[in-house]
Amino acid sequence: MTAATTDRRAATRRWGLLGASAVAWVGAYALNEVAWTWLYKTVLGLDIATGWPSMLHFFSYDTIKITLLLTGIIFIVTVLRSFMSIERTRALLGGKREGIGNVLAASLGVVTPFCSCSAVPAFIGFVASGIPLGVTMSFLIASPLVNEVAIALLLGLFGIGPTLLYVGAGLVIAILAGMVIGRLHLEGQVEGFVYETRLRGQVIDSTADLTWDDRLAMGREEVASILRKIWPYLLVGIGLGAVIHGWAPADFFARYAGPDNPFGVLIAVVIGVPLYSNAAGILPLVDALYAKGLPMGTLLAFMMATVALSLPEMILLRRVLKPRLIATFALVTGLGIIAVGYLFNAIL
Amino acid sequence: MHIKILGSGCANCVNLEKATRQAVTDLGLEATFEKVTDYADIATYGIMRTPGLVVDDEVVLSGRVPTAGQVKDLLAAR
Repeated sequence: MTAATTDRRAATRRWGLLGASAVAWVGAYALNEVAWTWLYKTVLGLDIATGWPSMLHFFSYDTIKITLLLTGIIFIVTVLRSFMSIERTRALLGGKREGIGNVLAASLGVVTPFCSCSAVPAFIGFVASGIPLGVTMSFLIASPLVNEVAIALLLGLFGIGPTLLYVGAGLVIAILAGMVIGRLHLEGQVEGFVYETRLRGQVIDSTADLTWDDRLAMGREEVASILRKIWPYLLVGIGLGAVIHGWAPADFFARYAGPDNPFGVLIAVVIGVPLYSNAAGILPLVDALYAKGLPMGTLLAFMMATVALSLPEMILLRRVLKPRLIATFALVTGLGIIAVGYLFNAIL
Repeated sequence: MHIKILGSGCANCVNLEKATRQAVTDLGLEATFEKVTDYADIATYGIMRTPGLVVDDEVVLSGRVPTAGQVKDLLAAR
């Protein structure tokens, strides 16, 4: 057997497996609700319109639906992102002025593979290589705010419109917050060692010369690693969503935080900031609250506050930022989120 | 051979060390291990995604957790 034949066989096997997985995914997604309805209603004879059977039905259906969405979109995004790296992002940002730099940094924050555990080394790597503080902050704000888990779930639960609104709003917040931080000239509020850090050695681009097999394997590993990390949040979120779906009276939330309450967005953000969760835990809740009549702007603001601002991340950033800069970052981002919430409530 | 594991102690660094120790044992190499957890020290190696693997003061890998087999290839190539 020649090498070419082996290659061709490996390729057939690789793309065949991928195609079969895609077909299985679409089938499972299409049959999900029908299958649970059949099980609870026809087989077990439950009335799934009200009470706990309705909660059980919602919980089963939602868990499978969200897991499928996450699996599909994280896989696709990870494979696409394997063509991008934070090293390349830094090179692209090098020498860019404020303004255009902020826009580029926020956009790259969305497409660059990044995890909050790398926020500190990335910050040092950017600032030490001469990228302005405000531009670096645009990147660090956009990266968690507009992430693949949020996009996957928004797309699946609310459709393309709210997803684009969310992504657009996230980018605008990151760009403007970074520009404000840049204008305030807070360079003195960065821990001194960051500027003294001398980068040495050659930079390793970890995504150089990957094969398709490597990229697909990275996609599979990322799906497994994210699901392992977020499943408790997901189950709690879907569980709370199921309770709201089944038990809460239709106008319960709308009465307190509905479109008529001018403080709705403010309250949502104040509750969202200390809440430590991620998009996977928040979105099932947002979905259930939306069904109960809460306005989209209030809900998106709640979600943004939860994912963009969190105590653990600020504690992490304290290693490189002094308290005044952390407070400014939280305040500017928080104000941006509140403004976006009111804007959406007004125009939607 | 002097091997440094760069990372602030998250699960990835533990997994990277495990894979590297496995690779070293499989290849029958003599190696000393050191953990670099301080961000300032990590940053001087120029890596922006943890974990990082440094062999004899040269960064050979960063930003992902390889399998023991992949580390074996990296070490054997040196």
